[in-house]
Amino acid sequence: MKNYFKILIIIVFSNILFSVANAGSDGNIELKSNSDTSEVSDCFEKVNRGIFAFNQGLDKVIFKPLATGYRKLPQPVRSGASNALGNLGNVVTIPNNVLQGDLKSAGVNTMRFLINSTLGIGGLFDVASYYGLEKREKEDYGQTLGAWGVGEGCYFVLPVLGPTTVRDSIGSVVNVVGGDAWYNVTVANDTQYFNEADYYFSKIMSGVDFRAKNLESFDSLEKTSLDLYSSVRSLYLQDRRKKIQNLDEVTETLSDDDWEEVDTQ
Amino acid sequence: MNYIKIIFIILVSLAVSQFSYAKNPSDLINEIVDQASNILSGDDPVESKIIKLNDIAERSVDIDGIGMYTLGKYRKSISEEDKSKYQKLFKSYFLKSFSSRLIDYTDPKINVISEKKVSDNYTIVNSLLEASKGRPEVKIDWRIYTKNPDKPLIRDLMVEGLSLARTQKEEFNSIIQNNNGDINSLFKVLEEFIIK
Repeated sequence: MKNYFKILIIIVFSNILFSVANAGSDGNIELKSNSDTSEVSDCFEKVNRGIFAFNQGLDKVIFKPLATGYRKLPQPVRSGASNALGNLGNVVTIPNNVLQGDLKSAGVNTMRFLINSTLGIGGLFDVASYYGLEKREKEDYGQTLGAWGVGEGCYFVLPVLGPTTVRDSIGSVVNVVGGDAWYNVTVANDTQYFNEADYYFSKIMSGVDFRAKNLESFDSLEKTSLDLYSSVRSLYLQDRRKKIQNLDEVTETLSDDDWEEVDTQ
Repeated sequence: MNYIKIIFIILVSLAVSQFSYAKNPSDLINEIVDQASNILSGDDPVESKIIKLNDIAERSVDIDGIGMYTLGKYRKSISEEDKSKYQKLFKSYFLKSFSSRLIDYTDPKINVISEKKVSDNYTIVNSLLEASKGRPEVKIDWRIYTKNPDKPLIRDLMVEGLSLARTQKEEFNSIIQNNNGDINSLFKVLEEFIIK
């Protein structure tokens, strides 16, 4: 019961924050309605750009070197680590499958988690795929809120953690108030098997694994971008919209009516 | 009578040649992927590779169309003079950015999977860039402008569902917006990139 109050307080607080952010915008920034995905509501752009620059510095001295080193590990080691981290992610994906009414995916992911945690030795090996239970898209509480029709709200950048929106931050808060079983057995509750360090280590490793998979893409983006901050913002928001709509078929991704206006033939 | 025959033969030949130039969007992608792959895996010096890659881009990409799209809402208010200046700058920017992104790949293997006509003017071609050297497999979709079926042109690349043209549009719009709507601010940034 205590946890529900916490969530409620956080949601109310976030809404207040959102309103303040809108009121505080300088008028140059166009705020978008929920149905119009073509405009970005970047309510604290100046502050965000500062935090983004700080994160870039942090990436240069910590995450990029770590990711580069990680890429030098043998492929089976990297695959094992990636599988284990993906397996842990299922404990957040499964409740979100249920909340979004996708019971089939919830069933498949539960079976995958059980098989890979046991036969797959803690998730190191993806044995479930061998039995025909193919990997499915990850889901989180931010996506569930989006699927329920909650607008993304202001875009902002968090120190270290990077880009997010009001909706996605609320989603992340749900993880730490009971929505993430891995957090519950490592940080929230004192169990004899795991401790806080396991949780934070897994989070750092997820970041390094993601960075390692995207080393070239980031370099290329940095090299060709005229305004890296707005490119990252655009890519983050596009990615979240795509995930919320669960679009596999890219042909259906993002209605872009602008294209119909541009006639060069 | 002979003249009629000759005219008839010329007309038939023209019609046949029109058919032979008509390309379906998947063929266009297969063709340019093969050409780019040959260039990138060849022994030519980098400068020569860049010239050849740019040649492919000029033939198969609707650079003017992408340029106008990326202006977003500013497309409607730009003067003819600025428009012409912008198109020149954008073309140089696009070609430099395009070749510098590609030149890092030594031999990209892209396989066309399927295509889907989404409107009278657009077909999306779905393809996969094979995994290599620690890089995972990447889904790449191509938005092909097919208003003139004889000359289909690429207008956008969607990497794992993320549109490069849209990203570019939001980037350009952010630059203009943060400079009080002054299009010259974008020109300045483009010029700086081109001479870099």
